[in-house]
Amino acid sequence: MSETLVSIWTDANTQWVLIGTLLLGLASGLIGSFALLKKQSLIGDAMAHAALPGICIAFLIHGAKSMSWFIIGAALSGLLATFFIEKIIKLSRIKEDTSIGLVLSVFFGFGIVLLTYINHQNNGNQSGIDDFIFGQAASLVGTDVKLISAVAVLLIIITVILFKELKLLTFDPQFAQGIGLPTSFLNGLLMTLIVGVVVIGLQAVGVILMSAMLITPAIAARYWTERLDHMVIIAGAIGAFSGVFGTLLSTTTKGMPTGPLIIVAATIIFLISMVFAPKRGLLLKAIRQSRLRKQVAREQVLQTLYDFTEQEYKQYKARNGFHEQQMIKKRPISNHMLQKILHSLEKEELVRRTGDALWCLTEKGLIEAYHITLRNRLMEVYLMNEMNYAHFNIRQDQSMDLLQLPEKVLTELQQLLKQYGREPLVLPENINSGKRSYHRYASLGGK
Amino acid sequence: MSYEGWILLTGSLVGISCGIVGCFLILRKMAMLADAISHTVLLGIVGAYLISNSLEGIYMLIGAAIVGILTAFFVQLLHSSGVQSDAAIGVVFTSLFAVGVILLSLFAGKVHLDTDHALMGEITFIPWDILEINGINLGPKAVWMLGAVLVFNLIIIFLFYKEIKISSFDPDMAVALGIPVLLIHYLLMGMLSLTTVASFDGVGAILVVAMLIVPGATAYLLTDKLSVMLIISAIVGVLSAFAGYFIATIFNVSISGSMAVAAGVIFAITFVFSPTHGLLSRWLARKRLQNKSA
Repeated sequence: MSETLVSIWTDANTQWVLIGTLLLGLASGLIGSFALLKKQSLIGDAMAHAALPGICIAFLIHGAKSMSWFIIGAALSGLLATFFIEKIIKLSRIKEDTSIGLVLSVFFGFGIVLLTYINHQNNGNQSGIDDFIFGQAASLVGTDVKLISAVAVLLIIITVILFKELKLLTFDPQFAQGIGLPTSFLNGLLMTLIVGVVVIGLQAVGVILMSAMLITPAIAARYWTERLDHMVIIAGAIGAFSGVFGTLLSTTTKGMPTGPLIIVAATIIFLISMVFAPKRGLLLKAIRQSRLRKQVAREQVLQTLYDFTEQEYKQYKARNGFHEQQMIKKRPISNHMLQKILHSLEKEELVRRTGDALWCLTEKGLIEAYHITLRNRLMEVYLMNEMNYAHFNIRQDQSMDLLQLPEKVLTELQQLLKQYGREPLVLPENINSGKRSYHRYASLGGK
Repeated sequence: MSYEGWILLTGSLVGISCGIVGCFLILRKMAMLADAISHTVLLGIVGAYLISNSLEGIYMLIGAAIVGILTAFFVQLLHSSGVQSDAAIGVVFTSLFAVGVILLSLFAGKVHLDTDHALMGEITFIPWDILEINGINLGPKAVWMLGAVLVFNLIIIFLFYKEIKISSFDPDMAVALGIPVLLIHYLLMGMLSLTTVASFDGVGAILVVAMLIVPGATAYLLTDKLSVMLIISAIVGVLSAFAGYFIATIFNVSISGSMAVAAGVIFAITFVFSPTHGLLSRWLARKRLQNKSA
């Protein structure tokens, strides 16, 4: 194993192949990001399949294997397929997905027909065309790789130069048209770039899996960032890494096709990104969600206890403690969650156990519960009269902060609260209601 | 029956079962899922072989059905965790297919199927793989398998016709009516995987897609009624199988490839000449309107 590894690093041809797949991965990550954001990922799949008849026709015309002819043939039939897909969507009631699948399968079928026709001619030159289906990077020779690398570099340069224009086209095509960018030309250019990547990837990755080179690195990169420039760089890096990794593994194991190995490497990176990425990753999302659920449950328990205390206070009664079943009846909370919350509140000395499954608020707990209740009731009043205060615009993606309202409005809301008879009645000692106490609650860490 | 007859029968059975299932995929905008499942079935077949160590049809069917439903499940999972649906399909099918190909290459020596066979199918060998019970020749195995899957599909569609129809055209209403939409979804996915793997031997993984999508799309341009669409789609499937076979014998090329091309040609003709949704009729209608207003 180590000897083969050494021979790979020293073998000139293998070095070229590695450089080729590295550049290929880089280019497909770059361009795939745009395809992904324009929701055109599967067009790459169609182009890759549709390239097969082009390759066969190029072979039939030229009569021998030639990389440059293959690239031209594949590019032409790929573009033709895109043209058909768009025309079918535009001129009939057939939807995009059906159109892509239709053109893809018919072109591929035609490619298979031509492939068998070439194989039956039996002139000995055709060996190697089959490699296009699954990809065999090891079968690449020096000049082919140089051609592939040159095209990949060209594609990367075009993308970098036109980055700003492509970005605008991707996110806001109407605006791009409005400021006078040639959008239909740019759209065509993007399609050509996609075709270009697909075509140079065919020999290394294969017809069937080439679309994954466009999709997987880009979708993995999407998890790590919200900025297009970062995403493009990350996607390029992931593509390049998978390309090199797949090629190395394929050349050390006999008879192993390169394409599937590259794709598996990229997919593993995608899975890692999906689970562990900060912000968008599933793991941190789950942690955040459970934390939020716990916080909401905690506030609900405190408010429920406060409501009960208040009711008693109104009726001049005093009971020592409220039953757990009573709380569950009032707010939707699972028994398990309630137990957990009550225990943690007990540790904070906010609630006190007064009997079997009976609880009441402590003095400290009353303060905290009072502020939570006040805030929630203020929010209710605010929502009832939201139209009056709409211009303050305190709604920010689902969370609202009443503190952003001016003091005058806040006192107004408190007046309203009194009118509706929803003012929290049980006041903890040494508290005067009003904005100040609300502030104090906020500084306690509540929001 | 003659050798030629068996091949035509196999092709027609593929055409009918794929044509019928394909209609629902097109109406539900899930055509690319057909593409995905027809790829991942390879993993199911390789997996079934590695576990059961035999190439019996029934193991292949079970393996493929499991992987097919897994594919649909993974796509749904990725989609609900925030990946856009086209990319979700792209990631899932390519990765499962890649794993299938790698397994196939690792155990290439032992498995009778090779990757070319999996892709293109070998309909010409089907008449020789004969089912015999008590020494009586009952015809090719593939025909029996395809026939069984077709009957199964027809029974399911017959039993749940209304439910499938409503959930395809108006999923919100279906939910409101209390139809188990998700169950219907996975039922269709199961039918799709069974059909795909049964057709696998005949037309190969990739070209199943042609038989699934093209006849349905052709029928979609010819009618507005679901029941009629199903029948037309089946007829187009059979027509493409026959036309494809004759093209293939004339030029001595791949039969399954020719069937896909024939289906494409039938679609192209319909696309231009369909009396209701064709290019020509719509152009004529526009012209007439222009003359009228002028």
